Amino acid sequence: MVQTKQGFEAGVKDYRLTYYTPDYTPKDTDLLACFRMTPQPGVPPEEAGAAVAAESSTGTWTTVWTDGLTDLDRYKGRCYDLEAVPGEDNQYFCFVAYPLDLFEEGSVTNVLTSIVGNVFGFKALRALRLEDIRFPVALIKTFEGPPHGITVERDKLNKYGRPLLGCTIKPKLGLSAKNYGRAVYECLRGGLDFTKDDENINSQPFMRWRDRFLFVQEAIEKSQAETNEIKGHYLNVTAPTVEQMMERAEFAKEIGTPIIMHDFLTGGFTANTTLSKWCRRNGVLLHIHRAMHAVIDRQRNHGIHFRVLAKCLRLSGGDHLHSGTVVGKLEGERGITMGFVDLMREDYVEEDRSRGIFFTQDYASLPGTMPVASGGIHVWHMPALVEIFGDDSCLQFGGGTLGHPWGNAPGATANRVALEACIQARNEGRNLAREGNDVIREACRWSPELAAACELWKEIKFEFEAMDTI
Amino acid sequence: MAMKTLPKEKRYETLSYLPPLTDQQIALQIQYMLDQGYIPAVEFEKDPKPTDHHWTMWKLPLFSASSPQDVLSEVRECRQEYSDSYIRVVGFDNIKQCQTVSFIVYKPGVSRF
Repeated sequence: MVQTKQGFEAGVKDYRLTYYTPDYTPKDTDLLACFRMTPQPGVPPEEAGAAVAAESSTGTWTTVWTDGLTDLDRYKGRCYDLEAVPGEDNQYFCFVAYPLDLFEEGSVTNVLTSIVGNVFGFKALRALRLEDIRFPVALIKTFEGPPHGITVERDKLNKYGRPLLGCTIKPKLGLSAKNYGRAVYECLRGGLDFTKDDENINSQPFMRWRDRFLFVQEAIEKSQAETNEIKGHYLNVTAPTVEQMMERAEFAKEIGTPIIMHDFLTGGFTANTTLSKWCRRNGVLLHIHRAMHAVIDRQRNHGIHFRVLAKCLRLSGGDHLHSGTVVGKLEGERGITMGFVDLMREDYVEEDRSRGIFFTQDYASLPGTMPVASGGIHVWHMPALVEIFGDDSCLQFGGGTLGHPWGNAPGATANRVALEACIQARNEGRNLAREGNDVIREACRWSPELAAACELWKEIKFEFEAMDTI
Repeated sequence: MAMKTLPKEKRYETLSYLPPLTDQQIALQIQYMLDQGYIPAVEFEKDPKPTDHHWTMWKLPLFSASSPQDVLSEVRECRQEYSDSYIRVVGFDNIKQCQTVSFIVYKPGVSRF
């Protein structure tokens, strides 16, 4: 039905008249967002909230005559709820509902350009943080998501009932391709499932990508033949252009490597989605690194929370994603971390404010992404890691393998023995939180590799305060 | 401790880096599977390669197994008939519709039943 027509009235109108709609009940098909909003002094929260909804959807600062040619009610974002943040002065949770038609199907890039595009620099706001997004099932179903997902990855790798083990090769820069392949071989033959390119290894003068790929693949094949277990190395295909990225991916597939790697934030969502779809078509697993995330997600009152980046990555596609460790050197409060870990790997996640989850999310059978716990961890952390992350995770060491006094292979064995001792103990009904150190000590009696690791690292303590709390 | 070179040794995935499991230890692992609601099965293979996803299945999955002994007795029977084969116990989750467990219980040449 054609709406009642009014003449065009030029001028600036309060946003809240159009975009603040506290009586609105969100639809199942709406995309919902929760922002932590800090208005400039003197700006009422209703006006600021409406401005967020407007600037991230149909609004412009002034009225334009072409507004009269569209049905604003069908396309506008709506600020439908505001809550003062407990314990904070002048900070609000602002809930916005966006109609489904605002977004292109299968495009994370478009969703982010829309809802965190211009609005973060908006003058009426001192600071703004996107805390969570609820993707409607109708939109989820337009994405392929992870190329394989957790269960298919396990089937391909033939590894069940335990977390996977990885190690990032160090030093991160400066090794020749052959020496790098040696370090990979030693880790894999010792009992790790995967090794990993550090994120800044792309194709530098000291080690070009093609040389690295070939030496690493030889290391994978040799260690696989010797140990009789499936091995892999996350070959980083992040590149200056999408064409070069795809060339590296094609070569990785050609030499038969099982898994490649991409940095989704520095590489960008469009590149990532292209690569992920290619991985599904070609049966190659995809490991995702998150360089630059802390620039975006670290500030409590401004930016984007990592749970949103993780959800976006799951839609864009990736079989692994770094999640933090809870126990290692990197910060991250346990409940909050496990909240976004669930958002990575579960099919249906209930709203739970204590874990930072503002909306119930139904993924409608989209494959799950395996969380990767990486950074500053070693054998003594193993009981806690198994207890916290459970089986569907990848525990990623670095110094905790390579720093072993006898080298990479015994270091890897120490990691694997510690892991299997914890799995056995957990399945036998022992409490890892309470008895974890005993479990490790018992295994030291028959594993000299583990005993040597435990001797080296027992004194190390981690006492950083977590910054990320609700 | 004196530095050691890690010997080359074939492995068989989960729990294969532990000393050979005793009957009692295997029973505890099976009990855990049953407690999770998983469906156990026994598989064997004479000379498995790392990429052999399918080993030969012993009979059918043990849908009606109610105790670890039900599974262990099938493992023993399998071992008697195929004493030159590796044997593993696997578990299926029919809700998540996937395999969730696999661990080695017998390697030829090692006697522990």
